[in-house]
Amino acid sequence: MNIHEYQAKEVLAKHGVAVPKGVVIENAEKAAAVSRKLGTDIVVVKAQIHAGGRGKGGGVKLAKSPEEAKVHANKIIGMTLVTPQTGSEGRKVKKVLIEEGMAIAKELYLGILLDRQSSRVMIMASEAGGMAIEEVAEDTPEKIIKEIVDPIIGVKPYLARKIAFALNVKGNALKQMIPLIINLYQAFIKEDCDMLEINPLVITKDERVLVLDAKVNIDSNALYRQKEILNYRDLDEEDQMEVEASKFDLNYIKLDGNIGCMVNGAGLAMATMDIIKHSGGEPANFLDVGGGADEEKIENGFRILLSDPHVKGIFINIFGGILRCDILARGVEIAAKKLKIKIPIVVRMEGTNMEEGHQILSDSGIDVIVAEGMKDGAQKIVKAIR
Amino acid sequence: MSILVDEKTKLIVQGITGREGQFHAEQCMKYGTKLVGGVTPAKGGQTVLGKVPVFNTVQDAVKKTKANATMIFVPPAFASDAILEAADAGIELIICVTEGIPVSDMVEVFRYIKASKSRLIGPNCPGIISPGKCKIGIMPAHIHKKGNVGIISRSGTLTYEAVGQLTALGHGQSTCVGIGGDPIIGTKYIDVLELFQKDRGTKAICMIGEIGGSAEDEAAYYIKKHVTKPVIGFIAGQTAPPGRRMGHAGAIISGGKGTAEEKMKVMRRCNIKVVKSPADLGKTVAKFL
Repeated sequence: MNIHEYQAKEVLAKHGVAVPKGVVIENAEKAAAVSRKLGTDIVVVKAQIHAGGRGKGGGVKLAKSPEEAKVHANKIIGMTLVTPQTGSEGRKVKKVLIEEGMAIAKELYLGILLDRQSSRVMIMASEAGGMAIEEVAEDTPEKIIKEIVDPIIGVKPYLARKIAFALNVKGNALKQMIPLIINLYQAFIKEDCDMLEINPLVITKDERVLVLDAKVNIDSNALYRQKEILNYRDLDEEDQMEVEASKFDLNYIKLDGNIGCMVNGAGLAMATMDIIKHSGGEPANFLDVGGGADEEKIENGFRILLSDPHVKGIFINIFGGILRCDILARGVEIAAKKLKIKIPIVVRMEGTNMEEGHQILSDSGIDVIVAEGMKDGAQKIVKAIR
Repeated sequence: MSILVDEKTKLIVQGITGREGQFHAEQCMKYGTKLVGGVTPAKGGQTVLGKVPVFNTVQDAVKKTKANATMIFVPPAFASDAILEAADAGIELIICVTEGIPVSDMVEVFRYIKASKSRLIGPNCPGIISPGKCKIGIMPAHIHKKGNVGIISRSGTLTYEAVGQLTALGHGQSTCVGIGGDPIIGTKYIDVLELFQKDRGTKAICMIGEIGGSAEDEAAYYIKKHVTKPVIGFIAGQTAPPGRRMGHAGAIISGGKGTAEEKMKVMRRCNIKVVKSPADLGKTVAKFL
């Protein structure tokens, strides 16, 4: 689960990490008063959306006076911000974060994430802060420092020192950097982060070390024990159909094509998208109904598929294991009748109770095209929507 | 022959009194797996499925039944604890079916398991089957057939797809191992490849991967160096968009890394026969038998 920058900073501050003074507002009228209270010559007005690259889209502005801050806030709140990460449709901005401005001496990068190769947490740091780390990794991999953390001891001062020295941090800044790295790791573990990225981590001219921007991603499997974080969820930032699907415990991701897919299992669902493409079609979605699907779940799956107006046909590809084919067939029958489905449906069923499943479908009187194997199914649906 | 599980494997099920746990315990037993007991804390002393004894702790179960394998059907919040308990009791093979365990729990579990004598398969996996001998997992038994193809996969139903195609062509499997779709799993491709290479009953290996991470690349380099048997590979998610987690927590293309195209390229370079269409898995494997 993603959270906003201002929320990420609240979380980090709780763990003793230094963040700039700032206030989040929804009403631009408050911008001037808030800026005055911050008391710095310059303030920064930052759009709060989940996507990155906000500065490039005009969502981050410097203001030299409280009045100017208000002008910027007025412009940014309510705007549709398009960044390299939002896609062309952009994202509507509801809130801005107004923060103290500061004179920056050095910009660093610090990220904490899971290293799958070692199955441990890794700290990544670089002196090339403020840039996209993927580009740094590509062009100048030697500028990236990587440290793997042993979960038994966590980040001890020696490891934090190692990173800080590798980043060429000195003097007063060094004294702040060591606890900051330790606290960031604590925050990562205690808050069940998937990823924590500080870019940039800044050293100011008056030698303060601060988190200037923070991106925090929470492990959705751990949300049951992160109740406070759950309050940070912003449904407006998520795809509405995906939110709807998650209510029924369905795994749905919208894509750009016109063939709706309903599959059990994530791997088979991806393979189904692949074979549609190989057959000359374009999948409209990824939909994994999971192993324990019942008739109701199948029906809701249909409802979600059909709410995408681009869908011209549906391909159901089920390899029955725990999910029995007869249950699937009954769900298809109910949904097709209730929702009065007019577009072609191709069904490929194999595995547990396959014969019963086929019997139910042929008795139901609904118009389905039966396929033998996933290749046949993909070819049939591509042909049916032509 | 087969790897990891066979006629001699003695299985317990952690979470045997739950709905899922009991259902699948029964399915495994019906297949012929030696199910010797189950564990549900505070339900010790009961029996389920006719005569299967339930114990309070894994240690009790091991003492009384000499079990050497466990299948875990415990809800995600308690599953990491169940894995640790099994390892602590000295169970050799721990198969965790549970999906949705927090990553930070698995970081700890992985560290502990590596220092123990146990092998963990999963989590978030369909389990292991050595057809005709032993089934520990949730896969539909009837699609399998005894034979000489070894299968390793991160995905459940896609494995069934490959198995179904092979069986339909008359080719059986030595052992099918679902290693799981999570970012942290106890047993990786390489561990299973090593076992298949040594197993005299395995003539060809079918490796099914997904987008995300670099486990398939590591496996491919290992194969080039150490595996002499033919390996046929497939990567699901050739059409997946970057940055989106495709169902499995591990299946995500991030920062341009872990794409299907990149993985298939590495695999080809390492002498793996890569199949582009999942419908061709069975017949391609068959060519090497």
